[in-house]
Amino acid sequence: MNLLLLLGAPLLTAVAVLLGRNKQQVRWMALAGSVVQLLFALGLLVAFRAERSGGQTAQMLFEQNFPLIDALNIHFHIGVDGISVSMILLTALVVTAGVLVSWNIEKMTKEFYFLLILLALGAYGFFISLNLFVLFFFLEISVVPKYLLIGIWGSGKKEYSANKLVLMLMMGSGLIIVGMLGLYFFGGHDFDIMNLATAQISTDRQNLIFPFMFLGFGVFTALFPLHTWVPDGHSSAPTAGSMFLAGISMKLGGYGCLRVAVYLLPEGAKEYANIIIVLSSIAILYGAFVTMMQKDLKYINAYSSVSHVGFSLLAIGMLTQTAITGALMQMISHGLMTALFFAVIGMIYDRTHTRMVDEMGGLMKVMPFITTVLFLVGLCSLGLPGLSGFVAEMTVFVGSWENDTAFHRVATIAAAMSIVVTAVYILRAIGKTAMGPVTNAEHLELKDASWNEKLAAIILLAGILSIGLAPGWLNDLLTPGAEIIVNRIAGK
Amino acid sequence: MPNAINIALIPLLPFAGFLLLGLFGKKFFGKTAGLIGTALLLVSCLLAFQTAYDYFFVYGKVNGAYQQFVPMQFVWLQFSKTLSIDMGLMIDPISVVMLVVVTFVSLMVHIYSLGYMKGEARFPVYYSFLGLFSFSMLGLVLATNIFQIYIFWELVGVSSFLLIGFYYEKPSAVAASKKAFIVTRFADFGFLIGILILSYCSNTLSFAELIQRLTTPGSSELQTAAGYSFLGISALTWGAALVFIGGAGKSAMFPLHIWLPDAMEGPTPVSALIHAATMVVAGVYLVARLFPVFALTTPEVLEGIGWVGAVSAIFAAVIACTQTDIKRVLAYSTMSQIGYMMFALGVSKYGGEEGLGYTASIFHLFTHAMFKALLFLGAGSVIHYVHSNEMKDMGGLRKFLPVTHITFLIACLAIAGVPPLAGFFSKEEILLAAYQHNQAIYYIALITSGITAFYMFRLYFNIFWSKPYHPHGEHQGEGGFVMTLPLFLLAAGALFAGFIPFGTLVSSDGKPLESHFHLSFSIAPVALGLAGIAAAMVLYKSQNERPGRISASLGGLYTAACHKFYIDELYLFVTRKVLFNLVGRPAAWFDRNVVDGLVNVTGNITLSLSEGIRKMQSGKVQQYGIYVLSAVIVLSVLFIYVW
Amino acid sequence: MMEPGLYHILFISAALFFIGIYGFFTRRNLITMLMSTELILNSVNLNFIAFNKYLWPGKMDGLFFTVFVIAIAAAEAAVGIAIIINLYRSHQSIDVASAEDLKY
Repeated sequence: MNLLLLLGAPLLTAVAVLLGRNKQQVRWMALAGSVVQLLFALGLLVAFRAERSGGQTAQMLFEQNFPLIDALNIHFHIGVDGISVSMILLTALVVTAGVLVSWNIEKMTKEFYFLLILLALGAYGFFISLNLFVLFFFLEISVVPKYLLIGIWGSGKKEYSANKLVLMLMMGSGLIIVGMLGLYFFGGHDFDIMNLATAQISTDRQNLIFPFMFLGFGVFTALFPLHTWVPDGHSSAPTAGSMFLAGISMKLGGYGCLRVAVYLLPEGAKEYANIIIVLSSIAILYGAFVTMMQKDLKYINAYSSVSHVGFSLLAIGMLTQTAITGALMQMISHGLMTALFFAVIGMIYDRTHTRMVDEMGGLMKVMPFITTVLFLVGLCSLGLPGLSGFVAEMTVFVGSWENDTAFHRVATIAAAMSIVVTAVYILRAIGKTAMGPVTNAEHLELKDASWNEKLAAIILLAGILSIGLAPGWLNDLLTPGAEIIVNRIAGK
Repeated sequence: MPNAINIALIPLLPFAGFLLLGLFGKKFFGKTAGLIGTALLLVSCLLAFQTAYDYFFVYGKVNGAYQQFVPMQFVWLQFSKTLSIDMGLMIDPISVVMLVVVTFVSLMVHIYSLGYMKGEARFPVYYSFLGLFSFSMLGLVLATNIFQIYIFWELVGVSSFLLIGFYYEKPSAVAASKKAFIVTRFADFGFLIGILILSYCSNTLSFAELIQRLTTPGSSELQTAAGYSFLGISALTWGAALVFIGGAGKSAMFPLHIWLPDAMEGPTPVSALIHAATMVVAGVYLVARLFPVFALTTPEVLEGIGWVGAVSAIFAAVIACTQTDIKRVLAYSTMSQIGYMMFALGVSKYGGEEGLGYTASIFHLFTHAMFKALLFLGAGSVIHYVHSNEMKDMGGLRKFLPVTHITFLIACLAIAGVPPLAGFFSKEEILLAAYQHNQAIYYIALITSGITAFYMFRLYFNIFWSKPYHPHGEHQGEGGFVMTLPLFLLAAGALFAGFIPFGTLVSSDGKPLESHFHLSFSIAPVALGLAGIAAAMVLYKSQNERPGRISASLGGLYTAACHKFYIDELYLFVTRKVLFNLVGRPAAWFDRNVVDGLVNVTGNITLSLSEGIRKMQSGKVQQYGIYVLSAVIVLSVLFIYVW
Repeated sequence: MMEPGLYHILFISAALFFIGIYGFFTRRNLITMLMSTELILNSVNLNFIAFNKYLWPGKMDGLFFTVFVIAIAAAEAAVGIAIIINLYRSHQSIDVASAEDLKY
């Protein structure tokens, strides 16, 4: 399968959206485009599995390499392994759902969809690129449109949030670029990930570059204490924006931490692993406790994202194969779950015009579909078996437990403690919004989900359930990739 | 050999019911939803009976001992080379007994609910939740892998949450469902860490291998595990104790019991199924499942289990004497009876005659399921009739609810341990086991059995005798055939289940155990039971002043018991005051003001810096001139004097 | 009568320079400021000539520079006055403050 299709599809969609004559046309074109992307992503999964079962053992499949700037060794080098395939699938699912939930956007519809598709393009490009320069290029593509999305279609103190978000992410980018240059010069004047993975970079130099890389990507993935763009950004962004932000952007960071920072700088990773573990354990518990005190649904989900993404980072810090597989699973699971959570919050907000849990109550009675989805996503968030959150968290715990020092044990136990706190805040949020008597008489008039919202929810739920009920396929996709990273850490 | 497909169908049929009714119930089935759910469960129940028969009488016994069979198993999630979550079916004496108990009680509840829940708006949803619960509980019972049990453990937790909160518009039901979930979740946290420890020590998650590796003296895993310790206690002890905490949470053992009485907010048939007969005994089942590890490797934990069980038994029994909500009385009674099962395991040893406690525990689990489900369903009929849970609204109902009255009486006699009803036999075995191994626990148990008889008959007399009942408004009677049939069937169980020679079927090591009947030994408990009944009769058979006077004379003790010894308040204090105010609020403040503040400060510094720089470019030519001049002067000074 | 020495001339030129600086910074009238600049330039011219005469009498470099500066000063005055006239046309004022708008 040609990976350029993955870039071509969103590009064409974006152009088509711009050419659309009226809002209806724009919507349908965006939907058609995103469905095509989803089909490509599924096709990629099938093709990838077929290749692998056909005995193809190369680390990256479907590779293509075009020179861009030969003098600087910048090549347009793309290829995928199991990790990228699953990330691409996540992106496609979230984007399709995002297009569906934004169906009723009336303000500058065309521009909105254009930017959304552009973000998707950035994400696809990011996940398939095997050249740091190209990777960085796509990373930036998926940052800048967010400024407009939040600034134009946002709500609340949107200018502040947009500024904060983009500036913090840009800071991350700045750190990444420093790290990238470090890799370029220390690793034999090359940007190619595959080549850098075999380059010999001395431990001192790795220790020097690693913090830049990890912190840089860490900003994207809400590494404590660089997480404060998350709550403000999410709460101001339009629904699809929040979905993309939490569902995919934060995963760009996680993927980068793993693929670039840890994979290319294994010695640095070992050096700083304990710091990562400390920070992420703090993030997990602290995020959970802060969430407990929030009253705005979007803030609840945003802080809980900080806590959940902490699991990914914790697992990365643990540096065992199972843990890293778990980290990736957590990224994907969290991507789907949090996107769905934001979608549901958006649906509720569209109807009740409030996001404060105290102002709602008994919504189960008026909108059974939406609240059922809210229940499912909440249960996923608190790690109920049968939904994806459980699989990911358990893999993280088991993987973390493989390290047998007291330090790692304590960190794991602290992280595991959050499953209780998570239960507290999720049940509190759900209990207040969905259950109890209807507190606001006006809410009795509200309608349940429309077709597009139902479809969006079902698409994401399908992802969550397919991982939750039969995690084997995802595990098979991710394990080889994780194994390569772990082998590199072990120096094999 | 066991028939894998038949056994797999036992949990899968209710699951199919859950999916069918959950997805399409409202649209396509409506009132027939109950029948569909019931029919599926009936099949499941028949399959369970067939499995039990086949196992116990056809293929189960090999060389004089019941063997473990794993007719089906597949890898669900491969963590690492040695650790994987396997889903499978485990057939051994306890799982088969549990299959029978769960499907039978669940079937009774399904049938009963046809009448009890008639006319509910969310009737199909109710049946789909029941299906989900039955599926999860059966999956738990059949688990071959410690992680599989954890998975279904969580699923029963969530089904319990959903069913307790079934009347979601009632704030108290919502609060109770949350409480139940969170408290058990807290215990599950311990369970999870316990699993991690045990799996790390044994390098496997499969029950069979885990037990084998951790109980064979001198096995390499046991030796490496011995090397780990934390706070001076060995890792295995920690692991076993933490696993037990998980079980204690689910089984409402002191001090994790606070959710159970509140869980009575759910529909009464649900309480009968989940909070009396099946889910709450999951903790007992878990300990029984890992019994060889507890008994052979970590006997100190097992002893602790015994004490926790004993304390819970008497603690709950005392509280039960003071409660006025009939379902709460039954809830505390459940807790007390589970305490019995727990300490029966606690006083047991592994293998042979010494393992009597193990047999007794499972036996009691079995008989308790019968009579406690019966009690709850009877209570359901009463509540259905008077539309209240409070004793003060009842009394003299024996004429109005004859079937309920008789069956309720049978159940009360059974739980009070009056021969020859079911409870008598199982309780005798427990007491005997306790007597042989731990005298202190034996005396606690003996006192508890007297109290049990007292509060059960307090309940019975308050409902059916006491004052005359004046019916008002319209009454639906006993709810017809669907509501009385389960009462009859369960009453039959409560009457005759005791005659099953349980020791020959279930024992700690699979070899049949002959139970000896000691007439002399039974005198004390039976006498105490009868004394309890007599006391209740004197106090409550007709309305009088005596109970009030006694409670007044007890003073503080009575008030404390009435308030459940203030455990709830303690928890509330810890969560509301300590966790929310001392952890949550400061963390939120810290995030908004310190972490976010730092980010904002960075932004503000940049802003004010640029603000300052902006002022320099004023457009005033003369100001620029000054810059030039001062720069020249500074540079000249530098050039002349410094360089 | 005493022959004026280098120091005398330098003294005068320094005085001229600071008078120019003073004028440049204190006057608000652009024409006066322009005149002050001329003073500064002329003080430089004086310096050039004096150094040339006293330190390298055989050379002409200082004189050349002076001529050069005078030429530039003339051009500068022309451009400056042109700007001032334009400013006057748009702002009806030749106050230096009116030139602040130029920064926008």
